[in-house]
Amino acid sequence: MSYGERFVSEADRNSSIMGEQQKNLEGYVGFANLPNQVYRKSVKRGFEFTLMVVGESGLGKSTLINSLFLTDLYSPEYPGPSHRIKKTVQVEQSKVLVKEGGVQLLLTIVDTPGFGDAVDNSNCWQPVIDHIDSKFEDYLNSESRVNRRQMPDNRVHCCLYFIAPSGHGLKPLDIEFMKRLHEKVNIIPLIAKADTMTPEECQQFKKQIMREIQEHKIKIYEFPETDDEEEMKLVKKIKDRLPLAVVGSNTIIEVNGKRVRGRQYPWGVAEVENGDHCDFTILRNMLIRTHMQDLKDVTNNVHYENYRSRKLAAVTYNGVDNNKSKGQLTKSPLAQMEEERREHVSKMKKMEMEMEQVFEMKVKEKIQKLKDSEAELQRRHEQMKRNLEAQHRELEEKRRQHEDEKSHWEAQQRVLDQQKLEASKTLEKNKKKKIF
Amino acid sequence: MAATDVDIFSNEEKRNLSLGGHVGFDSLPDQLVSKSVTQGFCFNILCVGETGIGKSTLMNTLFNTMFENEEASHYQNSVYLRPRTYDLQESNVHLKLTIVDTVGFGDQINKEDSYKPIVDYIDTQFENYLQEELKIKRSLFNYHDTRIHICLYFIAPTGHSLKSLDLVTMKKLDSKVNIIPIIAKADTISKSELHKFKIKIMSELVSNGVQIYQFPTDDDAVTEINASMNAHLPFAVVGSVDEVKVGNKTVRARQYPWGVVQVENESHCDFVKLREMLIRVNMEDLREQTHARHYELYRRCKLEEMGFKDTDPDSQPFSLQETYEAKRKEFLGDLQRKEEDMRQMFVSKVKETEAELKEKERELHDKFEQLKRLHQEEKRKVEEKRRDLEEEMNAFNRKKVAAETLSLAQPLKKDKDKRK
Repeated sequence: MSYGERFVSEADRNSSIMGEQQKNLEGYVGFANLPNQVYRKSVKRGFEFTLMVVGESGLGKSTLINSLFLTDLYSPEYPGPSHRIKKTVQVEQSKVLVKEGGVQLLLTIVDTPGFGDAVDNSNCWQPVIDHIDSKFEDYLNSESRVNRRQMPDNRVHCCLYFIAPSGHGLKPLDIEFMKRLHEKVNIIPLIAKADTMTPEECQQFKKQIMREIQEHKIKIYEFPETDDEEEMKLVKKIKDRLPLAVVGSNTIIEVNGKRVRGRQYPWGVAEVENGDHCDFTILRNMLIRTHMQDLKDVTNNVHYENYRSRKLAAVTYNGVDNNKSKGQLTKSPLAQMEEERREHVSKMKKMEMEMEQVFEMKVKEKIQKLKDSEAELQRRHEQMKRNLEAQHRELEEKRRQHEDEKSHWEAQQRVLDQQKLEASKTLEKNKKKKIF
Repeated sequence: MAATDVDIFSNEEKRNLSLGGHVGFDSLPDQLVSKSVTQGFCFNILCVGETGIGKSTLMNTLFNTMFENEEASHYQNSVYLRPRTYDLQESNVHLKLTIVDTVGFGDQINKEDSYKPIVDYIDTQFENYLQEELKIKRSLFNYHDTRIHICLYFIAPTGHSLKSLDLVTMKKLDSKVNIIPIIAKADTISKSELHKFKIKIMSELVSNGVQIYQFPTDDDAVTEINASMNAHLPFAVVGSVDEVKVGNKTVRARQYPWGVVQVENESHCDFVKLREMLIRVNMEDLREQTHARHYELYRRCKLEEMGFKDTDPDSQPFSLQETYEAKRKEFLGDLQRKEEDMRQMFVSKVKETEAELKEKERELHDKFEQLKRLHQEEKRKVEEKRRDLEEEMNAFNRKKVAAETLSLAQPLKKDKDKRK
């Protein structure tokens, strides 16, 4: 979601599916009291805000914070980042509780001692990115718990980036840092120690910086559009003076009978809260009095959501077909899993059906084969049986024939034998006769 | 990240600091309020009660407007919910009001399931919100919140006690939505009867463990009024959009032959109390309770149902990413296992059937082997017989030949003899 789409017009929201109707009330109902109820509850809850200050050492960051909040956030006991430089860039935070007009604010200031101070500053933005991401991660985890409680909002709501008043333009480090962080946090670039430049030099410098910011497509914090004309005029005035050139001071000086915060020079006093001297008042009004809530909202609705959707998209589609269309992102991962499960169930059903079919077919085939071979064997057996029977009969026939022949011949022989016997008998008789 | 060596700045102690002047963050509540006013508010009321008990009239009376409502018939087969959304504006405050009516409640002969459509509707709204909240690309800040913020339960003015349908329904709803019970058509009960009725109802609710909405008493500004109102529950209300002239004023009232019941007269009914509590004092609290308590409970149950946990056995908190990854692995593994199982089942089925068929085949084979052997046996016998026969035949032939040879020789002898 881009910066421009932040504000949805009433008209857009009214065209919902339920078909709403506009109704005019004929008497006082009382829900106009709702804002007061919201007010009371918010005061009771208290507010939180996390402000990050980034810049090379010695640019007056601690002094500015003290001036902004009119308190000794940084003091000799709690030194500013320029006094705490270590070997590597650190990201440290301190929490202070301040009260004003019944409103309680838990202010967290995050600073980065060592940023840009080394000889080799490559990757000095990395600890900053890691810090912001880890806060997003914490919030995401606590938001995703099953048992959720009141979630503390430790996300970085605003980053004040201090630009050294060289008068020429942005340094490569400035550009690099802003390019890497503009999609993670609201960046408000400030020109530090603005009292080293004349108004004209300052104008030039500002123009140059804005040009370079546009050139590198850096998205600094944008003020929201409002319907209110008065507000829009104020916003336009602020926009014309970006980036804000600020001066901070821990000392109070008397000027013309008034006690003001300022810096005493031999040639005069640079007043912190004087609009002609610097843009401090504009910064304070914008940061604290009018746009603090918006900074939190943009962090929540834009930067955090970007982080979250990137994180979750990586998880959900890790290992799954990455050709899924962008439209898939509008589903929750759980709905995604649900849908996949349903798909899978139907796929399994199909598979099951197919397997069943194949199985049935194969079984039928086999049974058929079995039947066929049974039939075949049966047939062969029948045939053999018939063969055998034929042979049997043949044999019987032969035997009968043989028996017939035999009996016939035997009968013949008997006749012959009889004849022979008679013949021999006659011969015998004749022989006997002859002898006589 | 934070320095590893001891540094004042790395601990999370909060310091209390005093301000040296007016910083200006006391405007924060105003900034917040002006944002929400610009966004607009939304409020969703669920009216549960029998047909004809006065739900629509009460809504009209509460919001001083005629919402379109056809009268419902008594012949619905089952309870169904009818939500209607309206855009209201009062001074600079926009309110998107949704009124959900339960049509047909209490009309069926068998009312066992009457509460189900209501519970389902409430759950569906929670579910929709949950789905939106879980989406990867989500837009919660312009999501039209349809979760029910308040359920007005209309009790029939019998004067005796709660009906069992009332108890059953309220018990099913009390963990899902803020319930404010109200006695409808209170102009049919006398003051003394009303007093007894209220006590009876509250004691029945308590003894049945029904949790109704308590007006919050933790905010100093409203503690007193809320506490006193809690004692007047349930509110006995009368609704009317008709105007009657009383004295020299025209008020909303119901005209009877014996008098005029004025809706906004606190001695006649508790309508004003209801309006005060519901709209003017506690609307925001109702929304907050719905989101922080009822919705969270629903969400927790739903996620636990799906197997999400907060910590693993070693009490290490899961990060959402890990949880999703784990869930996803489990899920995919599950699917794969199911597929495997199915395949295995088929393989074993196939094996079984194959074994069966092989068995059959073997049996067949055996049978035919046996037949074959029998056949061989027979054949052998036949062969034997044949050989026997042949031997016999040969023997006979020899005999025959021998005999013939003999007979051939004999006639010679005979001739020889004859020649002598």
